[in-house]
Amino acid sequence: MQTPAPFEYEHASSVDEALALLERHGPETRLVAGGHSLLPMMKLRLARPERLVDVNDLTDLAYVRREGDQIAIGALTRHAQLASSPLLASLYPIFQDAERVIADPVVRNRGTIGGSLCQGDPAEDLSAVVATLGGSLKIRSRTGERVVAARDFYLGPYETQVGPAEMVTEVVIPIRPGAGSAYEKVERRPGDWAIAAVGCFLTVSGGVIADCGIGLAAVGAPGLPALEAEAALRGRPAGEEAYAAAAQMAAAHCRPQTDQRGPAEYKRDLVAELTRRALRRAAARVMAGGA
Amino acid sequence: MAVSQLIGARVQRREDPRLITGHGRFIEDHTLPGLTHMAVVRSPHPHARVLGIDASAATALPGVLAVFTAVDFHRILSGTMPVTPSFAPEKKYVPGRFPIADQEVCFQGEPVAVVVATDRYQAADAVDLVHVTYAPLPAVVDPEVALRPDSAKAHVDGPDNIGWDMTYDGGDIEAAFAKAEIRVTERILQQRLAPTAMETRGVMASYSPYDEQLTVWLSSQNPHFIRLFVSGAMGIPESRVRGVSPDVGGGFGSKISPYPEDYLVPAASKLLGRPVRWIETRTESIMTTIHGRGQVFTAEAAALRDGTLLGLRLTQVLDLGAYHGTFGAFQACACLMAGGVYRWEAIQARTIGVLTNKVPTDPYRGAGRPEGTHLCERMVDRVAQELGMDPVEIRRKNFAREFPFMNNFGLTYDSGNYDGTLDRALELSDYQGWRRRQEEARGQGRLVGIGVSTWVEICGLGPSQPTAAATGGIALVEAAQIRFLPSGSVAAYVGTHAHGQGHDTTFSQIIADTLGVPLDAVDLRHGDTAEGPSFGYGTYGSRSLAVGGMALLTASNQILDKARRLAAHLLEAAPDDLEFTAGAFSVKGNPQASKTIQEVAFAAYGAGLPEGMEQGLEAVSHFDPPNFVWPFGAHICVVEVDRETGAVEIQSYTAVDDCGNVINPMIVEGQLHGGIAQSVAQALFEEVVYDHESGQLVTATMLDYLVPTINEMPVPTLDRTVTPSPTNSLGVKGIGEAGTIAASAAVINAVCDALGPLGIHHVDMPASPDRIWQLMQEARR
Repeated sequence: MQTPAPFEYEHASSVDEALALLERHGPETRLVAGGHSLLPMMKLRLARPERLVDVNDLTDLAYVRREGDQIAIGALTRHAQLASSPLLASLYPIFQDAERVIADPVVRNRGTIGGSLCQGDPAEDLSAVVATLGGSLKIRSRTGERVVAARDFYLGPYETQVGPAEMVTEVVIPIRPGAGSAYEKVERRPGDWAIAAVGCFLTVSGGVIADCGIGLAAVGAPGLPALEAEAALRGRPAGEEAYAAAAQMAAAHCRPQTDQRGPAEYKRDLVAELTRRALRRAAARVMAGGA
Repeated sequence: MAVSQLIGARVQRREDPRLITGHGRFIEDHTLPGLTHMAVVRSPHPHARVLGIDASAATALPGVLAVFTAVDFHRILSGTMPVTPSFAPEKKYVPGRFPIADQEVCFQGEPVAVVVATDRYQAADAVDLVHVTYAPLPAVVDPEVALRPDSAKAHVDGPDNIGWDMTYDGGDIEAAFAKAEIRVTERILQQRLAPTAMETRGVMASYSPYDEQLTVWLSSQNPHFIRLFVSGAMGIPESRVRGVSPDVGGGFGSKISPYPEDYLVPAASKLLGRPVRWIETRTESIMTTIHGRGQVFTAEAAALRDGTLLGLRLTQVLDLGAYHGTFGAFQACACLMAGGVYRWEAIQARTIGVLTNKVPTDPYRGAGRPEGTHLCERMVDRVAQELGMDPVEIRRKNFAREFPFMNNFGLTYDSGNYDGTLDRALELSDYQGWRRRQEEARGQGRLVGIGVSTWVEICGLGPSQPTAAATGGIALVEAAQIRFLPSGSVAAYVGTHAHGQGHDTTFSQIIADTLGVPLDAVDLRHGDTAEGPSFGYGTYGSRSLAVGGMALLTASNQILDKARRLAAHLLEAAPDDLEFTAGAFSVKGNPQASKTIQEVAFAAYGAGLPEGMEQGLEAVSHFDPPNFVWPFGAHICVVEVDRETGAVEIQSYTAVDDCGNVINPMIVEGQLHGGIAQSVAQALFEEVVYDHESGQLVTATMLDYLVPTINEMPVPTLDRTVTPSPTNSLGVKGIGEAGTIAASAAVINAVCDALGPLGIHHVDMPASPDRIWQLMQEARR
């Protein structure tokens, strides 16, 4: 047993109550949902919040639903719900690809999409998935709601746009009919941080890539979009030549660091290979979908 | 022995219903009235002088009862922690180790103070408030660097960093190498591993001043040895100290040697006059529980062109850490077992124990045998590769085939049939089929490899002469006591200790069969020095069945002898005219005249016994085996390596092992599953990493130290051959470490076989994706 430093604990039964508690108790207060990032850090005394506000009872924030031309995902939706959602499986199989390689069933049963995104871990998978798909996040405070694009959400590692008295309530993903998507990751062992991971989506029209997104994990900022690679793909015929060019671009523009998981050059090389593999798989799904 | 019904049967583990429903009783489940909680202030530096300790802020915290430092403990504890001769009797430098640092800390995590508080959180909070002033000293992290004359010293007052430096000569090495037609050399790393038992260490102690009684509950593989050491250090007669190791959640060798807290918790209880408990956190466990392996081998093998092995010359540089582990020199047995299952003309092995500023190394599951096997099996594969020979062929060409077989260092393998296990493993794994599929895969540019590991080990510690020399006095025999109670139930006490091995089941199978009683009538007890024989020798080195099981058998047979004489008296027959079947003595030719063993037991507590016979029906027996036992087997692993990412995937794993006669096949299989998993973990995942500049432990949590889960483990296909041991009358050998000894070589030989077409001949462990990628990059250049 590891013993966290002393902290206060409160329980919120509504979003408004959670926001009121955040406002009342100030910046050393943290929301806790699944707790799979925060609690280990507290047990190691690397994080020492003065107060936790438990939001596990806000079950009205646990949903995956279609709203017009968008998918809305409540912030308290657990990994296991994302993994088993028929809506996501049919529109964006990238979610299932990613969920299969996120930690283990115990973590997936408790961890939430809101917690995952707000942790701001550069190696976190859903940050890369949401950035890939050009999603956005709804952020609420006592005074109102704002919407921030996932690609603008991170200020740096472990730093987001969410202020001390705000909380993310929903993630919104635009629906792109006929899109194919995929997620590829290499890790030393399930549950470890990724060595590198790549997500992508493609839409293809007349054999030409009409739209695309590529998001990277563990090789730079959280949910790092591969903007140059995306530009290189758009308007190009789908195929190995395009994928190879995009792979080179993604590898050249990511910012990996040498650590226990390997040297930066290895991670760059992995980004190239995983970009190729993800694009191939996404394209195959486009074809299977009949676009 | 009675007609066997239970021995050899797949009896379900009797201990499991209790353990898997959460009814186990581990150290943290034990409490006492007035219990206090200890937490340890540890050095954050790998090497530093302690200039001062200011505990004023900590002692002012509510709930804090005391902060104790070396000054306090020197009043209670004397001497230094024990270091045994083991396999390196001639040591050069043995720094003295007191359980808590005084002036100099020599590894990150070494205790400098303890806090005792009324609850565990308060104790942990107070640890943060103990201000220790350190003056950092140069630290040495790498054992090979530590050997250089200009290296920093692990202890400022040490002469150098050399704990021992000795050479084992097994034959005329110059003559063997003179005949060589080919030679191969290799440098093979054995990374440091953290044992990571599911239950971390824990100690609870209660000292009673008026009668000077000390009781220590601790998570140990051998509470009798800890009692011996702690009673000595505290100056309390051994008979007034009780050591209790109840349910223990895994040991893997890491709970054999005494630890600082084993002394500090009882001493704190004496200082404070209250019971004290300390439970190790996971980070403390990875940082301060002993590490295993931590060795660098350089080896050269000589052979003829036809594959005949001639000579093996090797050096083992063993990273001792900051102090000698109590049984640290046991790991030098890698040298004595480096010849494996083969005939060599000569082997010369030099072992150098080197002090560094890291936590000490000590036996970890296999302890020297995995290292020796990995080295031998890698070198034999390297020779085969140079010769273009199939790894199976070179093994067959050189197997020892006549038993008893004396190896180059005079150790006598009791029995073996190495062709038998290999043949069955080849068949079961579809070796030829995999070789064909490997060719096809290579044609498609895929990297598929097949690895073979044919292994043998020395276990069943052990005969009294060599083991008494190794411990410096106490022979590692085993003791058992069996009592028939008047109502016919059987209480059996044994000096081994089960912490996952299933002794409650297997040992009871032996006793029930021998005494002719139902399994449920046998109550097996261990782990409490207040009960049973005067001394117990503990569980390690795959010894429990071959030594402890035999002690139970011999005690059972002593009881049967007395029962037979008593039954004969009751039946008015001669003892030799009785036969004992199905739990009853009957007169030969007159089956109506019979007494059950329970009737005899009841009578043993009554009147009218034969002339000269005392009441009661119980026996104590010590078993001193005439030799070690020598299990063996053949493991075959198939892997595919991803050419772009470097990731390794195990496609197939087959193990055919031989541990002689088997008491319970299910438990043997369980031991192999766990052992193989722990060795695959070394091959592919686990490594304790220290920063080479700062000496800081990098892998201090389970997020960084990659213990694999069931997801990463192959489901091995298992089979057995049976070659009984002539060393004991059960015909048994050990199996607890077998999988760990065999598997790393099978996996790494497979990885090297996969990478062979790229010109890569050796891969160190863990064979992680980035390490393989780097080797592939270098090979492309």
